[in-house]
Amino acid sequence: MTDPVLSVRNLRVEFPTRRGTLTAVDDVSFDIMPGEVLGVVGESGAGKSMTGNAVIGLLEPPGRIAGGEILLQGQRIDHLPYEAMRRIRGKRIGMVFQDPLTSLDPLYRVGEQLVETILTHSKMSETQARARALELLNEVGIPAAKARIDAYPHQFSGGMRQRVVLALALAARPELVIADEPTTALDVSVQAQIIALIKRLCAQYGVAVMLITHDMGVIAETADRVAVMYAGRIAEIGPVRNVVKSPYHPYTQGLMGAIPKLDSEADRLTQIPGAMPRLNAIPRGCAFNPRCAHVFDRCRAERPELIPLERSAAACWLYDKASQPAETAS
Amino acid sequence: MSTEPLVTVENLGRIYDVSKPWLNRVVERAPIQLLTAAAGVTFSIARTETFALVGESGSGKSTVAKMVVGLVPPSSGEVTIDGISMTHRRRSSERERLRRRIQMIFQAPYASLNPRWRVENIIAEPLRAFSVAQNADEQHKRVGELLRLVGLDPADGVKYPHEFSGGQRQRIAIARALSAQPEFIVCDEPTSALDVSVQAQILNLMRDLQRQFGLTYLFISHNLAVVRHMATRIGVMYLGRLVEVSPARELFRAPRHPYTRMLLDAVPDLDLTERGRKAVEGEIPNPITPPPGCAFHPRCPYAFERCRVERPVLLPSAPASVACHAVEEGRIKPGAGVLEGAVTP
Repeated sequence: MTDPVLSVRNLRVEFPTRRGTLTAVDDVSFDIMPGEVLGVVGESGAGKSMTGNAVIGLLEPPGRIAGGEILLQGQRIDHLPYEAMRRIRGKRIGMVFQDPLTSLDPLYRVGEQLVETILTHSKMSETQARARALELLNEVGIPAAKARIDAYPHQFSGGMRQRVVLALALAARPELVIADEPTTALDVSVQAQIIALIKRLCAQYGVAVMLITHDMGVIAETADRVAVMYAGRIAEIGPVRNVVKSPYHPYTQGLMGAIPKLDSEADRLTQIPGAMPRLNAIPRGCAFNPRCAHVFDRCRAERPELIPLERSAAACWLYDKASQPAETAS
Repeated sequence: MSTEPLVTVENLGRIYDVSKPWLNRVVERAPIQLLTAAAGVTFSIARTETFALVGESGSGKSTVAKMVVGLVPPSSGEVTIDGISMTHRRRSSERERLRRRIQMIFQAPYASLNPRWRVENIIAEPLRAFSVAQNADEQHKRVGELLRLVGLDPADGVKYPHEFSGGQRQRIAIARALSAQPEFIVCDEPTSALDVSVQAQILNLMRDLQRQFGLTYLFISHNLAVVRHMATRIGVMYLGRLVEVSPARELFRAPRHPYTRMLLDAVPDLDLTERGRKAVEGEIPNPITPPPGCAFHPRCPYAFERCRVERPVLLPSAPASVACHAVEEGRIKPGAGVLEGAVTP
């Protein structure tokens, strides 16, 4: 068994505010193995981006890591000094964000931005770096890369820009790539291209990927394992096939039913009543209990931990042998 | 189904002038640049039907929606609703009466509600504008009913939009659209800004209301699965033109136009049937300089000489209509859609 590239243990992210401390990420643990794609899904406010930001040390103040550990190849990277973290970002952890226009500098040619990144992280001459930049652009499928290397970001379309961002993320051959909603701003046809590209490149280089998105379709196609987040916690984690096809947690079940499907004739979509709680009003016990169809007394009082179930794990009292309601979720 | 369609759109087109300012044009000798946002769009919507327009960004679907409700004047063509022309210069008094019967729901529930108005006032605005309510009491009562209708508490009326979540805001927008008792609602990406579980709530609500009040929808979306769930008939747009109009079931069972097939293939596969998503080559071209002939030919696997020079027109291919030379000449058969091809789990 190889060691995980990224290991997050009991991570807790807090936001101290004037009206009390808000917990955005609460007791989140997961591992990502080399070459593995871990999908992190959840609706807005679930804490998925916050988890990603905590890993790369880019939490917006006053947000801070209040507990737990983050290990990159077994080495702790939470609470590293700013300079040390800066050397890890980009070199050992690559990043891809939602909006490619904001992650590229509009005033510099894409070639210059790539060369700058390459030179920051590896020792080589400018000519070598430029050759490497060209190689990267070819790799991410920019047509006529030789001619396009001196173009500005605004001269690229959305899909092409995201390809450039991907080239930047992979420039220093990182061990881990954190992709936060990389395809959300793109049209479906282009989205398919970018997803195929991410999968191919990461398999090729054995890079571990943390793919953060709200889109179950993207996860189903790309991820090996999935963590479903709800109100700052992991509700369910497991292999993609298990989570998508036979989810355990009532929230995951509701989420899967709520997605309109191309081949379904259903008249109504399954709907989960209510909305995700705000951070300052997370219910006692299981955070999902006010919206859950299977709720019973214990859910209102006690917060469930992740309970191992065959190949998955779900944080739901329905699966705890100690609490024996007759109900079973299908 | 009544014989007379409620909405008829004929040959609708919109051209935007995106040239540089006059001085630049003179100094730099730059030509006038025109962007064709929509051209030759023709369709009709029967009463109580949901007609959906799908397409990627820049395909002109929102432009068509805005022209249908009269927010953007068309450059050519005509929109007729219940026999009254929306575009004709005269007959404006008839049009005024028609206005009440048409409402719109927008994509961003943050931008479409005035942040400085109480929800009560937002919903009551159409009541006042069209003099539906006689007095303040009746208005208040009606607002309460509408709030309950969309699943909110009548007491919420005194709050401001920022106190609500995205889904609740979209409910308020729906209540406002319903307040003047319209027959026809144009929905421009009503759920694109919402999370899936909230999207399901809103889509269910919209279907319930349609049944309850016999509403007719023009539904704009880029999400094929959402369209599949909502629409009775679907028009697929590419670069400002309709490439295929088809009954919803038929479109998913046997897509005809190569672009429609490409769109269907590009939808992520949730069933893990190993159908695999086919990555499509290329992207939507620049609408200022669209390719000659069929606008889709640079990306089309079936393109041949005729496609590069002659623009195809919508021709019936029962029960659908398709604008494609290859389909017309019988060189490609209706494709296996997701309905037939899908493996049942």
